[in-house]
Amino acid sequence: MIRVFIADDEEPARERLKELLSDIRAEVPNEVAGEAKNGIEALERLPASAAQVLLLDIRMPGMDGIELARHLAGLEQGPAVVFVTAHDKHALEAFELNALDYLLKPVRATRLAAALKKAAGAGAPRREQLARAAGGPREYLSVAERHRIVLVPVRDILFLRAEQKYVTVRTKEREHLIEESLVALEKEFCAPEATHPFIRIHRNCLVARAAIRGFERSGTADEEAHWQVVIDSLAERLPVSRRQWPAVRELVAERP
Amino acid sequence: MPSIRQSAYPDLLPDFRNLAVMARVLLAVNGLAVFGALFAAPNLAQGLERFVQAAAFLEPLLFVELLAFFLFSRLLARLTIWPGWTVVVALAVAIAWLYQRVVVAIATVPVPSAARTLVLAALTAMFLLAYFRLHTKAFSPALAEARLQALQARIRPHFLFNSLNAVLSLIRRDPKRAERALEDLSDLFRTLMADARHFVRLEEELELLERYADIEQLRLGERLRISWELDAAPSDALLPPMVLQPLLENAVYHGVEPATGPGEVLVRIERRGERVHATIENPHLEAGNQRAGNRMALDNIRERLALFFDAEASIATQTANGRYRVDIEIPYRRS
Repeated sequence: MIRVFIADDEEPARERLKELLSDIRAEVPNEVAGEAKNGIEALERLPASAAQVLLLDIRMPGMDGIELARHLAGLEQGPAVVFVTAHDKHALEAFELNALDYLLKPVRATRLAAALKKAAGAGAPRREQLARAAGGPREYLSVAERHRIVLVPVRDILFLRAEQKYVTVRTKEREHLIEESLVALEKEFCAPEATHPFIRIHRNCLVARAAIRGFERSGTADEEAHWQVVIDSLAERLPVSRRQWPAVRELVAERP
Repeated sequence: MPSIRQSAYPDLLPDFRNLAVMARVLLAVNGLAVFGALFAAPNLAQGLERFVQAAAFLEPLLFVELLAFFLFSRLLARLTIWPGWTVVVALAVAIAWLYQRVVVAIATVPVPSAARTLVLAALTAMFLLAYFRLHTKAFSPALAEARLQALQARIRPHFLFNSLNAVLSLIRRDPKRAERALEDLSDLFRTLMADARHFVRLEEELELLERYADIEQLRLGERLRISWELDAAPSDALLPPMVLQPLLENAVYHGVEPATGPGEVLVRIERRGERVHATIENPHLEAGNQRAGNRMALDNIRERLALFFDAEASIATQTANGRYRVDIEIPYRRS
Protein backbone atom coordinates (compact mmCIF):
# COMPACT_ATOMS: atom_id res chain seq x y z
CA MET A 1 0.00 0.00 0.00
CA ILE A 2 1.60 3.25 -1.13
CA ARG A 3 0.67 6.29 0.91
CA VAL A 4 0.28 9.27 -1.43
CA PHE A 5 0.15 12.95 -0.52
CA ILE A 6 -1.26 15.46 -3.02
CA ALA A 7 -0.18 19.11 -3.12
CA ASP A 8 -1.87 21.32 -5.72
CA ASP A 9 -3.46 24.74 -5.43
CA GLU A 10 -6.37 23.92 -7.75
CA GLU A 11 -9.15 21.92 -6.23
CA PRO A 12 -10.23 20.26 -9.53
CA ALA A 13 -6.66 19.13 -10.08
CA ARG A 14 -6.55 17.44 -6.67
CA GLU A 15 -9.92 15.81 -7.32
CA ARG A 16 -8.69 14.51 -10.65
CA LEU A 17 -5.60 12.94 -9.08
CA LYS A 18 -7.75 11.28 -6.42
CA GLU A 19 -10.01 9.83 -9.10
CA LEU A 20 -7.03 8.46 -10.98
CA LEU A 21 -5.49 7.03 -7.82
CA SER A 22 -8.69 5.16 -7.14
CA ASP A 23 -8.78 3.94 -10.77
CA ILE A 24 -5.35 2.35 -10.52
CA ARG A 25 -5.82 0.95 -7.02
CA ALA A 26 -6.15 -2.61 -8.32
CA GLU A 27 -2.86 -2.39 -10.14
CA VAL A 28 -0.96 -0.25 -7.65
CA PRO A 29 -2.47 -0.42 -4.16
CA ASN A 30 -2.48 3.10 -2.77
CA GLU A 31 -4.22 5.39 -0.37
CA VAL A 32 -4.40 9.14 -0.06
CA ALA A 33 -2.44 10.14 3.02
CA GLY A 34 -3.32 13.81 2.84
CA GLU A 35 -3.56 16.83 0.65
CA ALA A 36 -2.60 20.49 0.71
CA LYS A 37 -3.39 23.52 -1.41
CA ASN A 38 -0.07 25.32 -1.10
CA GLY A 39 3.53 24.75 -0.12
CA ILE A 40 3.29 26.01 3.44
CA GLU A 41 0.25 23.86 4.17
CA ALA A 42 2.00 20.84 2.67
CA LEU A 43 5.01 21.36 4.94
CA GLU A 44 2.74 21.50 7.98
CA ARG A 45 0.76 18.39 7.15
CA LEU A 46 3.18 16.18 5.34
CA PRO A 47 5.59 15.06 8.08
CA ALA A 48 2.77 13.62 10.21
CA SER A 49 1.06 11.94 7.25
CA ALA A 50 3.76 9.29 6.81
CA ALA A 51 3.34 9.68 3.06
CA GLN A 52 5.73 7.71 0.87
CA VAL A 53 5.07 9.54 -2.36
CA LEU A 54 4.29 13.21 -2.84
CA LEU A 55 2.48 14.31 -6.00
CA LEU A 56 3.59 17.90 -6.17
CA ASP A 57 2.39 20.76 -8.38
CA ILE A 58 5.20 23.11 -9.34
CA ARG A 59 3.37 26.41 -9.65
CA MET A 60 1.70 27.09 -6.33
CA PRO A 61 1.14 30.32 -4.45
CA GLY A 62 3.21 31.06 -1.37
CA MET A 63 5.96 28.57 -2.08
CA ASP A 64 6.56 26.75 -5.34
CA GLY A 65 6.85 22.98 -5.56
CA ILE A 66 10.59 22.86 -6.10
CA GLU A 67 11.33 24.88 -2.99
CA LEU A 68 8.91 22.74 -1.01
CA ALA A 69 10.76 19.61 -2.12
CA ARG A 70 14.05 21.17 -1.03
CA HIS A 71 12.75 21.73 2.49
CA LEU A 72 11.39 18.20 2.65
CA ALA A 73 14.82 16.87 1.78
CA GLY A 74 15.77 17.63 5.39
CA LEU A 75 13.30 15.07 6.74
CA GLU A 76 14.69 11.75 7.91
CA GLN A 77 11.98 9.73 6.15
CA GLY A 78 11.10 12.17 3.42
CA PRO A 79 8.69 11.07 0.70
CA ALA A 80 9.67 10.36 -2.87
CA VAL A 81 8.58 13.28 -5.03
CA VAL A 82 6.78 13.19 -8.38
CA PHE A 83 6.34 16.68 -9.79
CA VAL A 84 3.12 17.37 -11.63
CA THR A 85 2.85 20.32 -13.97
CA ALA A 86 0.70 21.58 -16.80
CA HIS A 87 3.73 22.93 -18.55
CA ASP A 88 6.80 24.70 -17.34
CA LYS A 89 9.50 24.51 -19.94
CA HIS A 90 12.41 25.55 -17.75
CA ALA A 91 11.44 23.32 -14.88
CA LEU A 92 11.01 20.32 -17.18
CA GLU A 93 14.45 20.79 -18.67
CA ALA A 94 15.93 21.02 -15.20
CA PHE A 95 14.06 17.88 -14.12
CA GLU A 96 15.39 15.92 -17.07
CA LEU A 97 18.92 17.04 -16.35
CA ASN A 98 18.71 16.12 -12.69
CA ALA A 99 16.81 12.87 -13.04
CA LEU A 100 13.73 14.05 -11.16
CA ASP A 101 10.39 12.42 -11.89
CA TYR A 102 7.50 14.39 -13.29
CA LEU A 103 4.05 13.96 -14.80
CA LEU A 104 2.28 16.26 -17.23
CA LYS A 105 -1.25 17.50 -16.63
CA PRO A 106 -3.71 16.21 -17.63
CA VAL A 107 -2.23 13.03 -16.17
CA ARG A 108 -2.95 9.61 -17.65
CA ALA A 109 -3.77 6.72 -15.32
CA THR A 110 -1.09 4.48 -16.83
CA ARG A 111 1.60 7.12 -16.41
CA LEU A 112 0.53 7.75 -12.85
CA ALA A 113 0.70 4.04 -12.06
CA ALA A 114 4.17 3.76 -13.55
CA ALA A 115 5.38 6.84 -11.68
CA LEU A 116 4.03 5.52 -8.36
CA LYS A 117 5.69 2.14 -8.78
CA LYS A 118 8.98 3.74 -9.62
CA ALA A 119 8.79 6.36 -6.89
CA ALA A 120 7.84 3.92 -4.15
CA GLY A 121 11.23 2.29 -4.44
CA ALA A 122 13.22 5.44 -5.03
CA GLY A 123 13.11 7.40 -1.78
CA ALA A 124 13.39 11.15 -1.44
CA PRO A 125 15.27 13.13 -4.07
CA ARG A 126 18.64 14.41 -2.98
CA ARG A 127 19.09 17.97 -1.94
CA GLU A 128 21.70 18.68 -4.62
CA GLN A 129 19.46 17.37 -7.40
CA LEU A 130 16.73 19.75 -6.29
CA ALA A 131 19.06 22.70 -5.77
CA ARG A 132 20.34 22.36 -9.32
CA ALA A 133 16.80 22.10 -10.69
CA ALA A 134 15.61 25.21 -8.83
CA GLY A 135 15.29 28.43 -10.78
CA GLY A 136 16.50 30.76 -8.05
CA PRO A 137 17.25 31.17 -4.37
CA ARG A 138 14.80 29.87 -1.78
CA GLU A 139 12.40 32.17 0.03
CA TYR A 140 12.96 30.25 3.27
CA LEU A 141 15.63 28.25 5.02
CA SER A 142 14.36 25.25 6.88
CA VAL A 143 15.26 23.40 10.02
CA ALA A 144 13.99 19.84 10.11
CA GLU A 145 12.89 18.75 13.55
CA ARG A 146 11.61 15.30 14.33
CA HIS A 147 8.07 15.64 13.01
CA ARG A 148 7.98 19.08 11.63
CA ILE A 149 9.87 21.56 9.54
CA VAL A 150 10.52 25.05 10.83
CA LEU A 151 10.73 27.68 8.13
CA VAL A 152 12.82 30.81 8.50
CA PRO A 153 11.96 33.47 5.90
CA VAL A 154 15.15 34.61 4.19
CA ARG A 155 14.04 38.25 4.45
CA ASP A 156 14.08 37.95 8.27
CA ILE A 157 17.63 36.63 8.43
CA LEU A 158 20.26 39.07 9.67
CA PHE A 159 23.32 36.92 9.16
CA LEU A 160 24.56 33.38 8.55
CA ARG A 161 27.67 32.23 10.38
CA ALA A 162 29.51 28.95 9.98
CA GLU A 163 30.47 27.19 13.18
CA GLN A 164 32.15 23.84 12.78
CA LYS A 165 29.56 21.44 11.34
CA TYR A 166 26.61 23.84 11.34
CA VAL A 167 25.59 27.23 10.13
CA THR A 168 23.92 29.58 12.59
CA VAL A 169 20.95 31.41 11.15
CA ARG A 170 20.37 34.62 13.11
CA THR A 171 17.08 36.47 13.01
CA LYS A 172 16.00 39.36 15.21
CA GLU A 173 14.29 36.97 17.62
CA ARG A 174 16.45 33.88 17.75
CA GLU A 175 19.06 31.56 16.31
CA HIS A 176 18.64 28.35 14.34
CA LEU A 177 21.18 25.77 13.35
CA ILE A 178 21.10 24.33 9.86
CA GLU A 179 23.19 21.66 8.21
CA GLU A 180 24.21 23.38 5.04
CA SER A 181 27.53 24.62 3.78
CA LEU A 182 28.26 28.33 3.86
CA VAL A 183 29.82 28.05 0.41
CA ALA A 184 26.56 26.72 -1.06
CA LEU A 185 24.57 29.38 0.81
CA GLU A 186 26.87 32.07 -0.53
CA LYS A 187 26.34 30.82 -4.06
CA GLU A 188 22.58 30.87 -3.55
CA PHE A 189 22.07 34.14 -1.69
CA CYS A 190 24.96 36.47 -2.50
CA ALA A 191 24.00 37.04 -6.14
CA PRO A 192 23.35 40.76 -6.62
CA GLU A 193 20.03 40.08 -8.36
CA ALA A 194 18.64 38.17 -5.35
CA THR A 195 15.57 39.68 -3.71
CA HIS A 196 17.28 39.76 -0.30
CA PRO A 197 20.98 39.74 -1.14
CA PHE A 198 23.68 38.81 1.35
CA ILE A 199 27.34 39.75 1.36
CA ARG A 200 30.36 37.86 2.66
CA ILE A 201 32.16 39.87 5.32
CA HIS A 202 34.41 37.16 6.69
CA ARG A 203 35.54 33.63 5.87
CA ASN A 204 32.79 32.36 8.16
CA CYS A 205 30.03 34.94 7.82
CA LEU A 206 27.39 36.20 5.35
CA VAL A 207 25.36 39.30 6.29
CA ALA A 208 22.05 40.45 4.81
CA ARG A 209 22.82 43.67 3.04
CA ALA A 210 19.59 45.25 4.20
CA ALA A 211 20.49 44.54 7.85
CA ILE A 212 23.76 46.49 7.81
CA ARG A 213 23.42 49.74 9.78
CA GLY A 214 27.00 50.86 9.65
CA PHE A 215 30.60 50.15 10.55
CA GLU A 216 32.72 50.69 13.62
CA ARG A 217 36.45 50.65 14.13
CA SER A 218 37.78 48.42 16.84
CA GLY A 219 41.13 47.48 18.25
CA THR A 220 43.59 49.36 20.38
CA ALA A 221 45.91 52.01 19.08
CA ASP A 222 48.99 49.83 18.91
CA GLU A 223 47.54 46.98 16.90
CA GLU A 224 46.05 47.49 13.49
CA ALA A 225 42.42 48.58 13.60
CA HIS A 226 39.59 46.29 12.42
CA TRP A 227 36.23 47.17 10.98
CA GLN A 228 33.09 45.68 12.44
CA VAL A 229 29.61 45.55 11.05
CA VAL A 230 26.83 47.08 13.14
CA ILE A 231 23.66 45.09 12.62
CA ASP A 232 20.13 46.32 12.88
CA SER A 233 18.71 45.69 16.36
CA LEU A 234 21.63 43.55 17.56
CA ALA A 235 24.24 44.46 20.14
CA GLU A 236 26.66 41.97 18.67
CA ARG A 237 29.30 43.31 16.26
CA LEU A 238 30.56 41.17 13.39
CA PRO A 239 34.18 41.51 12.37
CA VAL A 240 34.96 42.21 8.72
CA SER A 241 38.08 40.43 7.57
CA ARG A 242 40.79 42.58 6.05
CA ARG A 243 40.46 40.63 2.87
CA GLN A 244 36.70 41.29 2.50
CA TRP A 245 36.76 44.93 3.64
CA PRO A 246 37.25 46.63 0.21
CA ALA A 247 34.44 44.62 -1.38
CA VAL A 248 32.11 45.18 1.57
CA ARG A 249 32.75 48.92 1.65
CA GLU A 250 32.16 49.20 -2.09
CA LEU A 251 28.93 47.17 -2.13
CA VAL A 252 27.46 48.95 0.82
CA ALA A 253 28.39 52.36 -0.60
CA GLU A 254 26.35 51.72 -3.74
CA ARG A 255 23.29 50.76 -1.76
CA PRO A 256 20.44 53.15 -2.49
CA MET B 1 -7.48 39.00 -54.34
CA PRO B 2 -9.20 38.64 -51.01
CA SER B 3 -7.12 35.68 -49.89
CA ILE B 4 -3.94 37.72 -49.87
CA ARG B 5 -5.47 40.54 -47.88
CA GLN B 6 -6.63 38.31 -45.06
CA SER B 7 -3.90 39.11 -42.63
CA ALA B 8 -3.77 42.82 -43.39
CA TYR B 9 -5.86 45.56 -41.95
CA PRO B 10 -9.01 45.93 -44.07
CA ASP B 11 -8.76 48.74 -46.57
CA LEU B 12 -11.13 51.16 -44.97
CA LEU B 13 -11.43 54.89 -45.40
CA PRO B 14 -10.27 57.04 -42.50
CA ASP B 15 -12.86 57.75 -39.83
CA PHE B 16 -13.86 61.34 -40.65
CA ARG B 17 -15.49 61.79 -37.24
CA ASN B 18 -12.18 61.28 -35.52
CA LEU B 19 -10.64 64.53 -34.26
CA ALA B 20 -7.15 63.26 -34.85
CA VAL B 21 -8.01 62.54 -38.49
CA MET B 22 -9.33 66.08 -38.86
CA ALA B 23 -6.20 67.50 -37.28
CA ARG B 24 -4.04 65.51 -39.67
CA VAL B 25 -6.07 66.81 -42.64
CA LEU B 26 -5.72 70.43 -41.49
CA LEU B 27 -2.00 70.11 -40.94
CA ALA B 28 -1.36 68.29 -44.19
CA VAL B 29 -3.37 70.66 -46.40
CA ASN B 30 -1.84 73.75 -44.86
CA GLY B 31 1.58 72.17 -45.13
CA LEU B 32 0.97 71.57 -48.82
CA ALA B 33 -0.19 75.16 -49.25
CA VAL B 34 2.93 76.54 -47.57
CA PHE B 35 5.07 74.28 -49.70
CA GLY B 36 3.30 75.32 -52.90
CA ALA B 37 3.49 79.04 -52.06
CA LEU B 38 7.19 78.87 -51.20
CA PHE B 39 7.93 76.76 -54.25
CA ALA B 40 6.34 79.24 -56.64
CA ALA B 41 7.78 82.39 -54.99
CA PRO B 42 11.23 83.86 -55.62
CA ASN B 43 11.89 84.54 -51.92
CA LEU B 44 10.64 83.72 -48.46
CA ALA B 45 8.73 86.95 -47.79
CA GLN B 46 6.78 86.72 -51.05
CA GLY B 47 6.15 83.05 -50.48
CA LEU B 48 4.60 83.69 -47.09
CA GLU B 49 2.55 86.53 -48.53
CA ARG B 50 1.21 84.22 -51.23
CA PHE B 51 0.36 81.64 -48.62
CA VAL B 52 -1.61 84.21 -46.62
CA GLN B 53 -3.49 85.24 -49.78
CA ALA B 54 -4.18 81.62 -50.66
CA ALA B 55 -5.28 80.87 -47.11
CA ALA B 56 -8.12 83.37 -47.37
CA PHE B 57 -9.54 81.21 -50.13
CA LEU B 58 -8.34 77.85 -48.84
CA GLU B 59 -9.27 77.78 -45.15
CA PRO B 60 -13.05 78.28 -45.49
CA LEU B 61 -13.08 75.61 -48.20
CA LEU B 62 -11.13 73.27 -45.95
CA PHE B 63 -13.62 73.70 -43.10
CA VAL B 64 -16.58 73.17 -45.40
CA GLU B 65 -14.96 69.99 -46.74
CA LEU B 66 -14.26 68.67 -43.23
CA LEU B 67 -17.81 69.44 -42.18
CA ALA B 68 -19.21 67.66 -45.22
CA PHE B 69 -17.09 64.60 -44.62
CA PHE B 70 -18.05 64.60 -40.97
CA LEU B 71 -21.73 64.60 -41.96
CA PHE B 72 -21.29 61.87 -44.58
CA SER B 73 -18.95 59.78 -42.44
CA ARG B 74 -21.49 57.09 -41.61
CA LEU B 75 -22.26 56.52 -45.26
CA LEU B 76 -18.60 56.59 -46.24
CA ALA B 77 -17.69 54.09 -43.54
CA ARG B 78 -19.72 51.42 -45.38
CA LEU B 79 -17.68 51.67 -48.57
CA THR B 80 -14.71 49.52 -49.38
CA ILE B 81 -11.49 51.08 -50.48
CA TRP B 82 -11.75 51.73 -54.24
CA PRO B 83 -15.38 52.83 -54.41
CA GLY B 84 -14.60 54.82 -51.27
CA TRP B 85 -11.70 56.60 -52.87
CA THR B 86 -13.79 57.47 -55.91
CA VAL B 87 -16.63 58.82 -53.81
CA VAL B 88 -14.31 60.81 -51.53
CA VAL B 89 -12.46 62.42 -54.43
CA ALA B 90 -15.73 63.12 -56.25
CA LEU B 91 -17.24 64.61 -53.11
CA ALA B 92 -14.19 66.78 -52.48
CA VAL B 93 -14.26 68.06 -56.06
CA ALA B 94 -18.01 68.66 -55.99
CA ILE B 95 -17.80 70.68 -52.79
CA ALA B 96 -14.85 72.65 -54.16
CA TRP B 97 -16.89 73.40 -57.27
CA LEU B 98 -19.89 74.64 -55.26
CA TYR B 99 -17.59 76.68 -53.07
CA GLN B 100 -15.94 78.15 -56.16
CA ARG B 101 -19.36 79.20 -57.52
CA VAL B 102 -20.30 80.85 -54.25
CA VAL B 103 -16.99 82.70 -53.95
CA VAL B 104 -17.19 83.94 -57.56
CA ALA B 105 -20.69 85.22 -56.89
CA ILE B 106 -19.81 87.19 -53.77
CA ALA B 107 -16.12 88.03 -54.22
CA THR B 108 -14.92 91.53 -54.98
CA VAL B 109 -11.38 90.46 -55.73
CA PRO B 110 -10.10 88.21 -58.55
CA VAL B 111 -10.75 84.50 -57.84
CA PRO B 112 -8.50 81.64 -59.04
CA SER B 113 -9.85 79.72 -62.02
CA ALA B 114 -12.32 76.92 -61.39
CA ALA B 115 -10.29 74.32 -63.25
CA ARG B 116 -7.26 75.04 -61.03
CA THR B 117 -9.32 74.76 -57.87
CA LEU B 118 -10.90 71.46 -58.90
CA VAL B 119 -7.62 69.84 -59.98
CA LEU B 120 -5.95 70.92 -56.73
CA ALA B 121 -8.90 69.61 -54.70
CA ALA B 122 -8.76 66.23 -56.45
CA LEU B 123 -4.98 65.91 -56.07
CA THR B 124 -5.08 66.92 -52.42
CA ALA B 125 -7.87 64.44 -51.69
CA MET B 126 -5.93 61.64 -53.35
CA PHE B 127 -2.74 62.59 -51.55
CA LEU B 128 -4.51 62.53 -48.19
CA LEU B 129 -6.19 59.19 -48.89
CA ALA B 130 -2.84 57.71 -49.83
CA TYR B 131 -1.34 59.13 -46.65
CA PHE B 132 -4.05 57.64 -44.44
CA ARG B 133 -3.73 54.30 -46.14
CA LEU B 134 0.02 54.22 -45.53
CA HIS B 135 -0.52 55.35 -41.97
CA THR B 136 -2.90 52.43 -41.43
CA LYS B 137 -0.55 49.98 -43.08
CA ALA B 138 2.26 51.09 -40.86
CA PHE B 139 0.22 49.94 -37.86
CA SER B 140 -1.25 46.81 -39.36
CA PRO B 141 1.54 44.43 -38.31
CA ALA B 142 0.19 44.98 -34.81
CA LEU B 143 -2.98 43.19 -35.83
CA ALA B 144 -1.36 40.10 -37.20
CA GLU B 145 0.82 40.14 -34.13
CA ALA B 146 -2.17 40.56 -31.86
CA ARG B 147 -3.78 37.44 -33.21
CA LEU B 148 -0.60 35.52 -32.89
CA GLN B 149 0.05 36.80 -29.40
CA ALA B 150 -3.47 36.22 -28.27
CA LEU B 151 -3.36 32.70 -29.59
CA GLN B 152 -0.02 32.03 -28.01
CA ALA B 153 -1.15 33.55 -24.78
CA ARG B 154 -4.35 31.55 -24.65
CA ILE B 155 -2.75 28.43 -25.95
CA ARG B 156 -0.41 29.39 -23.17
CA PRO B 157 0.05 25.84 -22.00
CA HIS B 158 -0.53 26.91 -18.46
CA PHE B 159 -4.09 27.99 -19.22
CA LEU B 160 -4.99 25.34 -21.77
CA PHE B 161 -3.78 22.28 -19.89
CA ASN B 162 -4.99 23.42 -16.51
CA SER B 163 -8.41 24.14 -17.98
CA LEU B 164 -8.56 20.77 -19.70
CA ASN B 165 -7.48 19.13 -16.48
CA ALA B 166 -10.24 20.94 -14.60
CA VAL B 167 -12.79 19.78 -17.15
CA LEU B 168 -11.53 16.20 -16.81
CA SER B 169 -12.07 16.38 -13.08
CA LEU B 170 -15.69 17.40 -13.68
CA ILE B 171 -16.70 14.73 -16.14
CA ARG B 172 -17.61 12.16 -13.50
CA ARG B 173 -18.77 14.43 -10.70
CA ASP B 174 -20.73 17.00 -12.67
CA PRO B 175 -21.13 16.10 -16.35
CA LYS B 176 -23.40 19.08 -17.05
CA ARG B 177 -20.87 21.52 -15.71
CA ALA B 178 -18.17 19.76 -17.74
CA GLU B 179 -20.22 20.21 -20.88
CA ARG B 180 -20.65 23.88 -20.20
CA ALA B 181 -16.96 24.30 -19.51
CA LEU B 182 -16.04 22.71 -22.84
CA GLU B 183 -18.54 24.95 -24.60
CA ASP B 184 -16.97 27.96 -22.91
CA LEU B 185 -13.53 26.83 -24.00
CA SER B 186 -14.71 26.36 -27.60
CA ASP B 187 -16.27 29.80 -27.69
CA LEU B 188 -13.15 31.33 -26.29
CA PHE B 189 -10.92 29.67 -28.84
CA ARG B 190 -13.28 30.42 -31.69
CA THR B 191 -13.11 34.10 -30.88
CA LEU B 192 -9.37 33.98 -30.55
CA MET B 193 -9.01 32.40 -33.95
CA ALA B 194 -11.45 34.83 -35.54
CA ASP B 195 -10.56 37.83 -37.57
CA ALA B 196 -9.13 40.60 -35.40
CA ARG B 197 -9.60 43.26 -38.03
CA HIS B 198 -13.15 44.27 -37.38
CA PHE B 199 -14.82 46.08 -34.56
CA VAL B 200 -16.94 44.05 -32.18
CA ARG B 201 -19.82 45.21 -30.02
CA LEU B 202 -19.05 45.66 -26.36
CA GLU B 203 -21.68 43.09 -25.42
CA GLU B 204 -19.83 40.45 -27.47
CA GLU B 205 -16.57 41.25 -25.75
CA LEU B 206 -18.32 41.11 -22.38
CA GLU B 207 -19.74 37.72 -23.19
CA LEU B 208 -16.24 36.53 -23.99
CA LEU B 209 -15.07 37.89 -20.66
CA GLU B 210 -17.75 35.94 -18.84
CA ARG B 211 -16.90 32.71 -20.62
CA TYR B 212 -13.29 33.19 -19.73
CA ALA B 213 -14.16 34.07 -16.13
CA ASP B 214 -16.27 30.92 -15.82
CA ILE B 215 -13.36 28.73 -16.82
CA GLU B 216 -11.00 30.45 -14.41
CA GLN B 217 -13.61 30.25 -11.67
CA LEU B 218 -13.77 26.53 -12.21
CA ARG B 219 -10.06 26.16 -11.60
CA LEU B 220 -9.59 28.72 -8.87
CA GLY B 221 -12.91 28.46 -7.06
CA GLU B 222 -13.35 30.94 -4.27
CA ARG B 223 -9.83 32.29 -4.67
CA LEU B 224 -11.06 34.28 -7.66
CA ARG B 225 -13.62 36.98 -6.99
CA ILE B 226 -14.60 39.18 -9.87
CA SER B 227 -16.82 42.15 -9.28
CA TRP B 228 -18.49 43.37 -12.43
CA GLU B 229 -19.60 47.00 -12.58
CA LEU B 230 -21.32 47.06 -15.92
CA ASP B 231 -24.56 48.92 -15.26
CA ALA B 232 -23.40 51.94 -17.21
CA ALA B 233 -21.68 49.90 -19.94
CA PRO B 234 -23.01 50.81 -23.41
CA SER B 235 -23.60 47.38 -24.95
CA ASP B 236 -23.72 48.81 -28.48
CA ALA B 237 -20.31 50.51 -28.27
CA LEU B 238 -17.76 49.35 -30.83
CA LEU B 239 -14.24 48.38 -29.93
CA PRO B 240 -11.43 46.28 -31.40
CA PRO B 241 -11.70 42.62 -30.42
CA MET B 242 -9.58 41.10 -27.65
CA VAL B 243 -8.84 44.33 -25.88
CA LEU B 244 -10.41 43.49 -22.53
CA GLN B 245 -9.94 39.73 -22.34
CA PRO B 246 -6.12 39.77 -22.27
CA LEU B 247 -6.28 42.38 -19.53
CA LEU B 248 -8.60 40.25 -17.41
CA GLU B 249 -6.36 37.27 -18.00
CA ASN B 250 -3.32 39.24 -16.86
CA ALA B 251 -5.22 40.36 -13.78
CA VAL B 252 -5.96 36.75 -12.85
CA TYR B 253 -2.54 35.41 -13.74
CA HIS B 254 -0.56 38.07 -11.87
CA GLY B 255 -2.99 39.25 -9.22
CA VAL B 256 -4.89 36.17 -8.08
CA GLU B 257 -3.05 32.95 -8.91
CA PRO B 258 0.19 33.72 -7.05
CA ALA B 259 -1.71 34.57 -3.83
CA THR B 260 -2.59 32.01 -1.20
CA GLY B 261 -5.73 33.87 -0.19
CA PRO B 262 -8.64 35.06 -2.28
CA GLY B 263 -8.07 37.99 -4.63
CA GLU B 264 -10.58 40.44 -6.00
CA VAL B 265 -10.56 41.59 -9.60
CA LEU B 266 -12.66 44.56 -10.59
CA VAL B 267 -14.06 45.04 -14.09
CA ARG B 268 -15.77 48.38 -14.58
CA ILE B 269 -17.03 49.72 -17.90
CA GLU B 270 -19.04 52.87 -18.24
CA ARG B 271 -19.99 55.49 -20.74
CA ARG B 272 -19.27 59.10 -19.85
CA GLY B 273 -20.68 61.35 -22.51
CA GLU B 274 -19.04 60.45 -25.80
CA ARG B 275 -16.31 58.38 -24.16
CA VAL B 276 -16.21 54.79 -22.97
CA HIS B 277 -14.06 54.08 -19.90
CA ALA B 278 -12.92 50.60 -18.97
CA THR B 279 -11.03 49.77 -15.78
CA ILE B 280 -9.55 46.45 -14.77
CA GLU B 281 -8.02 46.25 -11.35
CA ASN B 282 -6.31 43.45 -9.42
CA PRO B 283 -4.29 43.02 -6.22
CA HIS B 284 -0.68 44.03 -6.72
CA LEU B 285 1.47 41.18 -5.45
CA GLU B 286 5.15 41.39 -4.77
CA ALA B 287 5.60 37.83 -5.96
CA GLY B 288 3.51 38.27 -9.10
CA ASN B 289 5.98 40.19 -11.16
CA GLN B 290 3.54 41.99 -13.43
CA ARG B 291 6.06 43.31 -15.88
CA ALA B 292 7.52 41.64 -18.94
CA GLY B 293 4.62 39.59 -20.27
CA ASN B 294 2.16 42.20 -19.19
CA ARG B 295 3.94 45.01 -20.97
CA MET B 296 3.88 43.08 -24.23
CA ALA B 297 0.13 42.68 -23.99
CA LEU B 298 -0.31 46.35 -23.10
CA ASP B 299 1.91 47.55 -25.94
CA ASN B 300 -0.06 45.50 -28.39
CA ILE B 301 -3.39 46.77 -27.14
CA ARG B 302 -2.07 50.33 -27.28
CA GLU B 303 -1.02 49.86 -30.91
CA ARG B 304 -4.34 48.38 -31.88
CA LEU B 305 -6.28 51.15 -30.16
CA ALA B 306 -4.15 53.68 -32.07
CA LEU B 307 -4.92 51.83 -35.27
CA PHE B 308 -8.67 51.86 -34.69
CA PHE B 309 -9.08 55.21 -32.93
CA ASP B 310 -5.90 57.15 -33.74
CA ALA B 311 -5.11 59.61 -30.95
CA GLU B 312 -8.61 59.48 -29.48
CA ALA B 313 -7.95 56.37 -27.39
CA SER B 314 -5.71 56.05 -24.37
CA ILE B 315 -4.47 53.31 -22.08
CA ALA B 316 -2.79 53.91 -18.74
CA THR B 317 -1.64 51.79 -15.82
CA GLN B 318 -1.03 52.61 -12.20
CA THR B 319 -0.14 50.89 -8.96
CA ALA B 320 -1.60 52.38 -5.80
CA ASN B 321 -2.78 51.13 -2.42
CA GLY B 322 -1.77 47.57 -3.20
CA ARG B 323 -3.85 47.47 -6.38
CA TYR B 324 -2.69 47.33 -9.98
CA ARG B 325 -4.99 49.05 -12.39
CA VAL B 326 -5.34 49.46 -16.15
CA ASP B 327 -7.55 52.22 -17.57
CA ILE B 328 -8.70 52.36 -21.16
CA GLU B 329 -10.58 55.20 -22.74
CA ILE B 330 -12.05 55.08 -26.22
CA PRO B 331 -14.51 57.27 -28.12
CA TYR B 332 -18.08 56.01 -28.00
CA ARG B 333 -18.95 54.66 -31.46
CA ARG B 334 -22.20 52.87 -32.06
CA SER B 335 -22.79 50.02 -34.43
